Amino acid sequence: MSFELDTQQGESSVLRGNRSPFDRRSFLRCALASGAALGLTEFSAPAAGMPAAADAQKQDEAQFTVEAKFYHKLANRKIKCDLCPRGCTVGDKERGYCGVRENRGGTYYSLVHSRVCAAHVDPIEKKPLFHYLPGTVAFSLATAGCNVNCKFCQNWNISQSRPEQVPAEYAPPRRIADLARQYNCPTIAYTYSEPVVFAEFLMDVADAGHEAGIRSIVVSNGYMQEEALKAAYGKMDAVKIDLKSFSESYYRDVVTGQLKPVLESLVTLKNMGKWTEIVYLVVPGLNDGDAEFRVLATWIKTNLGEDVPLHFTQFHPEYLLKNLPITPVPTLERAKAIADAEGLHYVYIGNVPGHPAQNTYCPKCRRLLVERVGFTAGQMLIRKNSCPFCSHPIPGVWHV
Amino acid sequence: MEPAQNAGRRSFLKKCLTGAALLGAGGGGGLLATGEPGAPFAKSRVVVARDPMLRGTGATVDLRRIEALLDRALQALFDRDHPIEAWKKLVHPGEMVGLKVNTLGGRGVASNLQLVEAICDRLQKAGIKAGDIVVWDRDSEEMEHAGFHLSMGGNRVQCYGTDHVDYEEDLAAYGSVGSRLSKILTQRCNVLINVPVLKDHDGAGVTIGLKNMYGVIHNPNKYHPNGCDPYIADLNMLPEIRTRMRLTICDATTVLYEGGPGFKPEHSWKCNALLVAQDPVALDHTGWQMIERKRAEMGLKTLKAEDRAPNYIATAADAQHRLGTNDPRRISMVEV
Repeated sequence: MSFELDTQQGESSVLRGNRSPFDRRSFLRCALASGAALGLTEFSAPAAGMPAAADAQKQDEAQFTVEAKFYHKLANRKIKCDLCPRGCTVGDKERGYCGVRENRGGTYYSLVHSRVCAAHVDPIEKKPLFHYLPGTVAFSLATAGCNVNCKFCQNWNISQSRPEQVPAEYAPPRRIADLARQYNCPTIAYTYSEPVVFAEFLMDVADAGHEAGIRSIVVSNGYMQEEALKAAYGKMDAVKIDLKSFSESYYRDVVTGQLKPVLESLVTLKNMGKWTEIVYLVVPGLNDGDAEFRVLATWIKTNLGEDVPLHFTQFHPEYLLKNLPITPVPTLERAKAIADAEGLHYVYIGNVPGHPAQNTYCPKCRRLLVERVGFTAGQMLIRKNSCPFCSHPIPGVWHV
Repeated sequence: MEPAQNAGRRSFLKKCLTGAALLGAGGGGGLLATGEPGAPFAKSRVVVARDPMLRGTGATVDLRRIEALLDRALQALFDRDHPIEAWKKLVHPGEMVGLKVNTLGGRGVASNLQLVEAICDRLQKAGIKAGDIVVWDRDSEEMEHAGFHLSMGGNRVQCYGTDHVDYEEDLAAYGSVGSRLSKILTQRCNVLINVPVLKDHDGAGVTIGLKNMYGVIHNPNKYHPNGCDPYIADLNMLPEIRTRMRLTICDATTVLYEGGPGFKPEHSWKCNALLVAQDPVALDHTGWQMIERKRAEMGLKTLKAEDRAPNYIATAADAQHRLGTNDPRRISMVEV
């Protein structure tokens, strides 16, 4: 498998990409990816990763369009979106920042319900969730759109596109649940782009999944208003949040968002009792200072507890940050050392295959408990949520 | 954070080529070519052409009258006695000309069909083949809703949306903007004539010529924060746009002075005018002032008082962008 594909920067997706034929690089990426993909006939094009026809048929918009759940109406046929902290005020015929919600005559609609542009069966370690059902696979899906615009986004082809610009399949919630079961996936993962923007679809799929005995996990930036978070992620069984920095200026300049609401979301998730892991993508020169690592770790320990897994992952040049180098491994090791010293129990290094900090160790006796190679969990020694050597409790959901 | 400018060898070569074209365009057909001769600092000329009888006694714009209005505007802009001589100063046989219309507002307030027809006619009289003219916007369905008949192939004037040909795969980046550009812009035309409408905009203040370029990119939704500032200015700096832009013909036959960008009949105004300029900033500034005057007449607050003054116009004129001038002392408004 190509290393580029495996990066956890923002999970790469296997998708048909754009309506235009792929360039050579994209084609190769998808072709490589298809090795890991399954032959999902229902999603043949996304899973096979083949280029879509340049003149893809116009999709039937109506089947993807549902009234949005999180907004309120204003005068003059305007609306105010209550989904994310951006709180877009959207005039008639306009869309919100995410590009997937549209005001039509004073009613706000999601244009991406059941509009799946990427579908794949991934190891759960790829999300990454290291303390949640290790060694299992997740039926992973996405729609177009995102409520931020990270300059390092690896999946910008879908996240920064409008839904009509990305070929998609009609895949209603029950069908997703059926497919997940068909492919022996104990979980459905909402990922690749930004699930916040397809909250209505995510909620319906989660319900369908739960009816079929399949759990839901979400990979998100956490940039969400509290009520929407509670309603949508309340249906999730586990959450991975990309905490992209611990600086407001970074969120403003690199992410086009805000830090504070993300921190509030993390606290809300903790109060909701959701299993949560945090990923921090370390970008050279932008968010890799010792002080930032320290304040990050301190905040997590104080507000979320020492047992929340924190993944420092390696940046690869993408999208609008192609001018920066790959994060040096010693930088990631320095970040981990600082977080360890601050008292966090489960600090991982991601995107560096074979690094020992991908494994889980008992914080008390330091013995190896879960060994990981790439995205596969090798030996998994945790029994009854505890270390088999010293009986220290190891937080997480370890068994289906 | 500045976006990456070094997006690979291919992009670098493209930028070098467009840069060369930009320099080459400075000789006779540059942005301020219609400035007053002999002036130490050439002024940007903005022609405001009006015809109170543009619709006769009906509601529809009369083709003959808008042709005449367009002719008067072009003659005034280029100081020519004959309208086709004016067009020949602008375009040359063999060039592929794109007319970027605005159809978001539907039939109520989209680029006027008769105006577009008149422009196509004059372009052909100036030596441009019908098949080398493409009338376009982002979405074919929106164009049809606005009354345009789609046409692809053959020797007719072409008319379709970007959805038919897609966007470039590579990103074009400047300042705060990183976007995929319509292939109609990059592959189907080497001359751009911007045909926006004059509208109020709830976020940007006004949407005229500069903002009409949002219909060129795949991700306009990302550039509405902060009143679209500096996004509109940055977008218009892209060489692919800047080197092609020759003229803005703003349709002010029906103006929306409040409640835009969607059509609000209660806030529309049959202004029966055209604004024409080669300086896109001067034109936007002039259009903005027209909207402010109408708002005052109707007892509405200024856009500044509503905290939505179109600051992007000043940004487009600043030292970093220099897309034109918003200084009234450097704008020569000619009313015909």
